[in-house]
Amino acid sequence: MYDIVVIGGGAVGTAVARELSRYKLRIALLEKEEELAFGVSKSNSGIIHPGTQNAPHSLKGRLCVQGNQLVRSISRELGVDFKEVGELIVAFTLEDIARLKQIQLDAQALGVGGLQLVDRSWLWENEPNLSHKIIAALYAPTAGIISPYRWTYDLSENARRNGVEIFTRTRVDRITRAGDHFEISAAGQTYACRYLVNCAGLFADEIAAMLGIRDFTIKPRKGEEFLLDKKRQNLTNHLIFPLPSPASKGTLVIITSDGNPMIGPTAEDTDDKSDVSTSEAGLRKVITSVKRLVPAIDERDIIAYFAGARPVAGDDFIIRHEYAAAGCITVAGIQSPGLTASPAIALYVVELLRKHGLVLRRKLFFHRYRKKTVHLFSAGFDRAQRLIRKDPSYGDIVCRCEMVSAKEIREAIQRGARTLDGIKFRTRCQAGRCHGSFCTSRVMKILAEETRAPLTAISKRGPGSALVVGDRAQEPPGGAAQEGGQP
Amino acid sequence: MTKELVCIECPVGCTLSVDWQGCAVTRVSGNKCPRGEKYAVEEIQNPMRILTSAVVCEGLSLKMLPVRTDRPIPKARLTDAMQAVRAMRLRRPVRSGETIAANFLNLGVDLIATRDST
Amino acid sequence: MKKRDLVIVGGGPAGMAAALTAHKEGVRDILLLERDQYLGGILNQCIHTGFGISYFKEILTGPEYAGRFVHRIRNTPAIEISLKSFVVHLTKDKVLTYITPGRMEVVQARALIMATGCREKTREMVHIPGTRPAGIFSAGLAQKLINIEGLLPGKAVVIVGSGDIGLIMARRFILEGAQVKAVIEIQKTSRGLKRNIVQCVQDFDIPLYFNHKIACIHGKDRVEKVTVCRVDDAFNEVDDSRFEIACDTVLVSVGLIPENELIEMAGVAIDHRTNSPISDAVNATSVPGIFVCGNSFKVYDLADSVTADSELCGRMAAIYLSRR
Repeated sequence: MYDIVVIGGGAVGTAVARELSRYKLRIALLEKEEELAFGVSKSNSGIIHPGTQNAPHSLKGRLCVQGNQLVRSISRELGVDFKEVGELIVAFTLEDIARLKQIQLDAQALGVGGLQLVDRSWLWENEPNLSHKIIAALYAPTAGIISPYRWTYDLSENARRNGVEIFTRTRVDRITRAGDHFEISAAGQTYACRYLVNCAGLFADEIAAMLGIRDFTIKPRKGEEFLLDKKRQNLTNHLIFPLPSPASKGTLVIITSDGNPMIGPTAEDTDDKSDVSTSEAGLRKVITSVKRLVPAIDERDIIAYFAGARPVAGDDFIIRHEYAAAGCITVAGIQSPGLTASPAIALYVVELLRKHGLVLRRKLFFHRYRKKTVHLFSAGFDRAQRLIRKDPSYGDIVCRCEMVSAKEIREAIQRGARTLDGIKFRTRCQAGRCHGSFCTSRVMKILAEETRAPLTAISKRGPGSALVVGDRAQEPPGGAAQEGGQP
Repeated sequence: MTKELVCIECPVGCTLSVDWQGCAVTRVSGNKCPRGEKYAVEEIQNPMRILTSAVVCEGLSLKMLPVRTDRPIPKARLTDAMQAVRAMRLRRPVRSGETIAANFLNLGVDLIATRDST
Repeated sequence: MKKRDLVIVGGGPAGMAAALTAHKEGVRDILLLERDQYLGGILNQCIHTGFGISYFKEILTGPEYAGRFVHRIRNTPAIEISLKSFVVHLTKDKVLTYITPGRMEVVQARALIMATGCREKTREMVHIPGTRPAGIFSAGLAQKLINIEGLLPGKAVVIVGSGDIGLIMARRFILEGAQVKAVIEIQKTSRGLKRNIVQCVQDFDIPLYFNHKIACIHGKDRVEKVTVCRVDDAFNEVDDSRFEIACDTVLVSVGLIPENELIEMAGVAIDHRTNSPISDAVNATSVPGIFVCGNSFKVYDLADSVTADSELCGRMAAIYLSRR
């Protein structure tokens, strides 16, 4: 019997699991995909929002501002790189400036610090690639960036270290109430638990429906994003935002923690939760919008694109205890600023659980810290030299575009990566300008070796996505008459 | 009868015009070198191709050893030849140019290595 | 920091030819850096014939063509070969940093030849819409999987682009027992050699669609099908011309771009349209003493042309060194 089962292994689910792992509780985390962060979180843009994009009295806004602080401290504990790059919301007209002032007031009411309305000369000095038609901007210095994948993986690793049991490829089929506890059927197993936290992202409504809760639905809102070559990493110095519209925060110029600028996202409501296709129309829309902000953006620098779906359930987050299914906490509609808010959501969930009878006793020893993962590309010359001397396989470069060594790939596998995407999200191997043309076969071989699997079993993201369909070396050799080797 | 062919002997890719009667080619034109004429005659009578492929190695430095027939074989036999190549296993080191299978499939050609494998 | 007269980056046909010619022209201190564990570069996976007709007057496969240069290099002791050596940094003063298992080296070159070849344009560069399942490969990756690793990427293949690598791979897939459903070319004619159209496509009755493009790739985990459409002269989709082809693999063969990110890092002027260095002479760059040869200078159709270009480059580097 588990004390708690968390359903969903994205940024929110892992943050909740890690927060709960401070206490003497038996916790399981269930994820339907092959690996964690393969759902909504995998297409997150990595922005840690300051709190300038939300209504002043919203739960979103409150948790965003609190999350912005918490992400910093947790990143330090886990060794996730957090960079405070700051954001600029730009104005083209005097009316725009009036709106910026309103945003500033709203954000100040939420407690966002350091906001400053900056003029054209400030912009020319600090953001030279910005369109000269922009006359002012609201500068929010507390905006930052992290890698959403590394955030999720490092949280999960730390949670596991603190006793959380993590089950991937475990899709929940059914939940029943059995007296004082829940019984969850998933992937042929039954997980009994007293409390349940539903962090199922796009599928939170389906999980809730299993418990008879049908007062909300998740509407996917698709966003297409386009990643630029690392060569352009100095395109902007800040995150660049247009003025937000009611539907979205608009199309942005984003700095990512890996150095590649990113442009997007689009915002398109769909009915299909699995629709992550990109389109020519989406590309045109993004290019047109971002060129208005930063004319220097060149379409030829796009090296990758992807789409994800935001789990929309109304205007605000839904985080609540379900009285109709006592012991179940719903965490739904976690769209932007969900990543930023994730550690604050975790605290909020723990508080709800406490309020509803969960006894929380702190562990004598909680492993707060995690050894930082080494990334050769960000190590700097001296450190890289020391690493390579210490372990020669740091000098065995597998991915040429992003400079990822065999050592980092083996480490990623030892830390749980089982697929090519899992390795990509952890190390950036295959994510550069050649898109894996150079390294795919090398990564496949390392993965096959480390997991003792045949090459034909190596997949992009789990069952059904095998990279190759046959291996000549595994075919039965022919009869002696045809055998080579006789001179 | 007349037929247009593209010569595949070299990257130039001359367009050849071939006149023939029965099985006999009477005239070839459009070729920039003598290889074109030879190609045209063969292509009408019995199209020939060099097979290039790779053989699975066991216990050698390479997993796959690239091989080819040292001369062209009938186009119609490419599939059989490929099956024979698939069934082979190479267990001894070879140098580029060495014969892997002499008189391959009794076609009068040798299958040769095109790379060293130690 | 070690100093070398001539450092050559890349041990494919370009780098090897440049090294041999520079040596012949009197350069005696040459370091050749190759990132793979073998010399030969991409030729090792080009196991088909068609190489050497102009240079050796013989019909050779890629590995045989490369093998001849490897043999010569191995017999030239003044050329030091460093394999598994990956250049990660370059300055305009020709200071190179490279990583090799166990160490990181910094070397200053008096003259530098970049023979880094080219890379394939990706699906992303030509913006093919749709999903991103497994089963989408660059033609070169598929070639490496089949010819070097003995792995079959898929059983029912649609090839986008009719460049030579795509055509060569059409035949290769057929010989490996896969089906090639179609070759889709957006242009009116093929960019590949005519001989490859004949011996790789027509020989096997593979449908070749000119003036067509892929409108969408479908499939969640693995490619399931593609939507193909006809295009007009401006490459825009023609109404009501869509049709679908079921397949498990999409091979992208839509052209090559010179690989010049290292010299761009060093401040060499690059034409962003072609990714070639901007210079007033073949093989030279805007930085004196940094030369570029072979496919990294411009994409050639034939390895023989790469060799000729690179021999010239080796000579230029030798002259540059002798003048200093």
